[in-house]
Amino acid sequence: MGGLRVACDEAEKETDMAEQTSGPGGVERPLSPHIQIYRWHIPMLTSILTRITGNALIVSAVLVVWWLLAAATSPEYYALADAVITSWLGDIVMTLSLWGIWYHFLAGLRHLYYDAGHGLDIPTAEKLGWGLLIGSVVLTVLTIIII
Amino acid sequence: MRYLTDRKRAEGKGAGHSGTEHHWHMQVSAVGLALIVPTFLYVFGSALGGTHDEVLATFARPIPAILTGLVLVFGLLHFKNGAQIMIEDYWRGTTRKAALMFTTAFTYGLIATGLFALAKMAL
Repeated sequence: MGGLRVACDEAEKETDMAEQTSGPGGVERPLSPHIQIYRWHIPMLTSILTRITGNALIVSAVLVVWWLLAAATSPEYYALADAVITSWLGDIVMTLSLWGIWYHFLAGLRHLYYDAGHGLDIPTAEKLGWGLLIGSVVLTVLTIIII
Repeated sequence: MRYLTDRKRAEGKGAGHSGTEHHWHMQVSAVGLALIVPTFLYVFGSALGGTHDEVLATFARPIPAILTGLVLVFGLLHFKNGAQIMIEDYWRGTTRKAALMFTTAFTYGLIATGLFALAKMAL
């Protein structure tokens, strides 16, 4: 969550400046940002996407295990599972899974880089975030071309 | 100034009493998965949509079978520990406990099912 913390610090400074004169009861302290009017930052967005992709990949895992089990069971069951996974809906789910796995892959590498104490300044964190978003799409397209 | 020595603070392994084990597991499994997932994507992506005989032949070979087994076991354990953090962030009390138990059971069930399928095809 390193990226999120960096983004929060930046936002807090902005909120702080706005709130200091108009805070309730003249309270001069950094107030919690209001989520609906929160300006989205790239490190914040990419940090949240890491959690979403990581947890959503359980859907892909269930489909893959089901497909394997079907292949191990009988030709008829395999035909059914394969038809579901390679249908148009299956294609959408598997393409999203592929993007999700590449995104989570790159985000995990960034996490390791953050954990080692690097890339935590805002300009670098912003660049790394864009790297995740663009890199994951590029890797997804490359994988589809290669396979 | 704190009157606790560094050693005394480390002894109980912090408030959770598990030290950095969880974080370390995530780092180790992340690096391991980063090394094998790209090849797995190629193996699985190539097998997907093939005939039943082609799929059986693929997973009868050692490298696709071992690789898929590794990705299933460590990918799902990585999932279990990652999902645990999300559950602990958003829920508390009985809901949290139930969600953790369900996730753990579901993960191990999925691992066992996947390994059974692989073993049946490989052997």
